[in-house]
Amino acid sequence: MPSTGAVLIKLQDLARSYGQGSATVNALRGVSLDIAEGEFVAIMGPSGSGKSTCMNIMGCLDTPTGGHFYFRGLDVGALSNDQRALLRRHYIGFVFQGYNLLPRTSAIENVELPLIYRQMGARERRALALNAMRQVGLAGWENHAPNELSGGQQQRVAIARAIVTAPALLLADEPTGNLDTARSLEIMNLLIHLNRSEGITIVMVTHEPDMAAFAQRIVRFKDGEIETDQLNSKAA
Amino acid sequence: MFLETILLAFRAIRRNALRSTLTALGIIIGVAAVTALVTIGNGTTQSVVSGVSRLGSNLLSVRSGEPGGAPGSARSTARPFNAADAAAIADQIGGVKAVAPIASAKVTSVVGNENWETSVAGTLNTYFEAGQWTLASGRLFTDGELHAGNPVCVVGETVRQHLFGKSDPIGQALRLQRIPCTVIGLLASKGAGAFGMDQDDIVIIPLRAFQRRIAGNVDVDFINVAARADTATAKVKRDVENLLRERRRIGTGQRDDFSVFDMTEISSTLSNITTVLTGLLSAVAAVSLLVGGIGIMNIMLVSVTERTREIGIRLAIGALRRQVLAQFLVEAVVLSLFGGLIGVAIGLSVAAAMAGWLNVPFVFEPTVVVGSFVFSGLVGVLFGYFPARRAANLNPIDALRHE
Ligand SMILES: Nc1ncnc2c1ncn2[C@@H]1O[C@H](COP(=O)(O)OP(=O)(O)OP(=O)(O)O)[C@@H](O)[C@H]1O
Ligand SMILES: [Mg+2]
Repeated sequence: MPSTGAVLIKLQDLARSYGQGSATVNALRGVSLDIAEGEFVAIMGPSGSGKSTCMNIMGCLDTPTGGHFYFRGLDVGALSNDQRALLRRHYIGFVFQGYNLLPRTSAIENVELPLIYRQMGARERRALALNAMRQVGLAGWENHAPNELSGGQQQRVAIARAIVTAPALLLADEPTGNLDTARSLEIMNLLIHLNRSEGITIVMVTHEPDMAAFAQRIVRFKDGEIETDQLNSKAA
Repeated sequence: MFLETILLAFRAIRRNALRSTLTALGIIIGVAAVTALVTIGNGTTQSVVSGVSRLGSNLLSVRSGEPGGAPGSARSTARPFNAADAAAIADQIGGVKAVAPIASAKVTSVVGNENWETSVAGTLNTYFEAGQWTLASGRLFTDGELHAGNPVCVVGETVRQHLFGKSDPIGQALRLQRIPCTVIGLLASKGAGAFGMDQDDIVIIPLRAFQRRIAGNVDVDFINVAARADTATAKVKRDVENLLRERRRIGTGQRDDFSVFDMTEISSTLSNITTVLTGLLSAVAAVSLLVGGIGIMNIMLVSVTERTREIGIRLAIGALRRQVLAQFLVEAVVLSLFGGLIGVAIGLSVAAAMAGWLNVPFVFEPTVVVGSFVFSGLVGVLFGYFPARRAANLNPIDALRHE
């Protein structure tokens, strides 16, 4: 499903600095970017260019020190901690490079985790989690703990956890960074599928041009600023 | 959500079963110590109070020897009393219900092949009244028996058990040293006294029989005086002291060579002492509960550090800070309540065992159980709060990056 046109994320002259005085690091220095509902955007750029910082702000985990971040028109910078947590709970899914699954907890319980905070009954929770596991191709692996799964499988559990709440936005920071090419391609196909058939907006940070090539749009960061912002003609 | 939080806590505790148990150990020991000490303390207090009250309420005991010795201590060499002293107290002091002169000795009593070393008291029927004894069967002495000093006796339950077994003692013969003696009465059991002695281990014979056949003199070792319920024992005590000083010609300024014990006073003093001791010991035990709480805090802090990533994940997927706080707080409370529960169980078992061993009643006090349980919960809240708040205040980004 291509972009429906409505703006999901609007970054307006976004800035984020760390530290004070002479030790100040300007991780983001005036980033303006619009992402529409249904888009699949890849963010690239050298290490330290501010990609993760930008993702954290878009994920409502962090607040900018300058400029504005609007989520569906809502100025997130003005929200309280709890309000941002609720935004995350209802609209955002995360996938990390290091999977970030709860250890010694079965795959299905990991996937159920976000639903617990939605005060959902156990039966409904289980049904949704099973469905998400099926979507990522892990039916039958529900009761395995993360340490019994391969990296690719763990990342798919993480994706299942991110999409089980049917989020509007999926943020993936180097989701294939720990995987070999074959596993990476599997994950990318899964993301493409989620983007197209579920209409989930995806923003993905990657260092690998092969993976970025799956996205409709590629944004390049350099030194906390956007260097280029191009539509990807090669996207399938 | 609350139920979820509790389930979550149980899961986290079970996931680290060994560490959880070790953590709870401090609480377990603390609660067990408090429960056991308070229970034993209460039992001791009760046994002292009921023991003294079983001696007879409003009872004064007059003994020869200087004041300062405890009742039951070795008989002094001071001048003994005689029957006339007791009669004088009965006649001349108001508010007195019963006065019993008593002469006693340890004597081996024999029935057939059975031997039993017991105390024999020579006294009058007033003894039973003053000591609030009742008969299980048989009768008291007749005036004739008392006057003539006939060899008849009333026995206590313990003596009956040892010498007569299952057979009815009434009418049977008993030998006190070489003196044959007919059993005419059996006392209803009173159980252990205030100082651990068995009050039922006694044979009572007429005073004259004792003086003539066992002691070989006319001495009276002590005099029990029961005051009437409407009379203050302190006043009777003073009157008895004055009368005896007069009768024994003790001039002003001279020290008494006898002493009057007020059993009620002793009872309350003793129960105060045991209550204070129980309180002190429990306070010491409560300190160990506090130490147990610090143990919980320590482990919870380690746990928060160890689970920093988990906290980051929870925050990222939309947990509110107060939900993370609740999670860790509930975990600490569940852990300490679990410790409290086990501690109460151990404490009560230890108390029950010790009660049997120390021969004091096992007094199950629900407030002690509820109290230590609630206290351990409070310890959990108190010492769980700081680590829980640390967890809740973590920055999700840093937490997610934590190795
Ligand atoms: N918590 C922080 N405190 C101080 N400086 C930080 C912090 N987080 C990031 N920075 C700095 O901000 C800049 C941008 O970091 P960021 O993590 O966004 O880079 P990145 O583009 O994601 O790099 P990489 O590709 O290596 O992941 C870096 O210079 C980094 O040192
Ligand atoms: Mg990064």
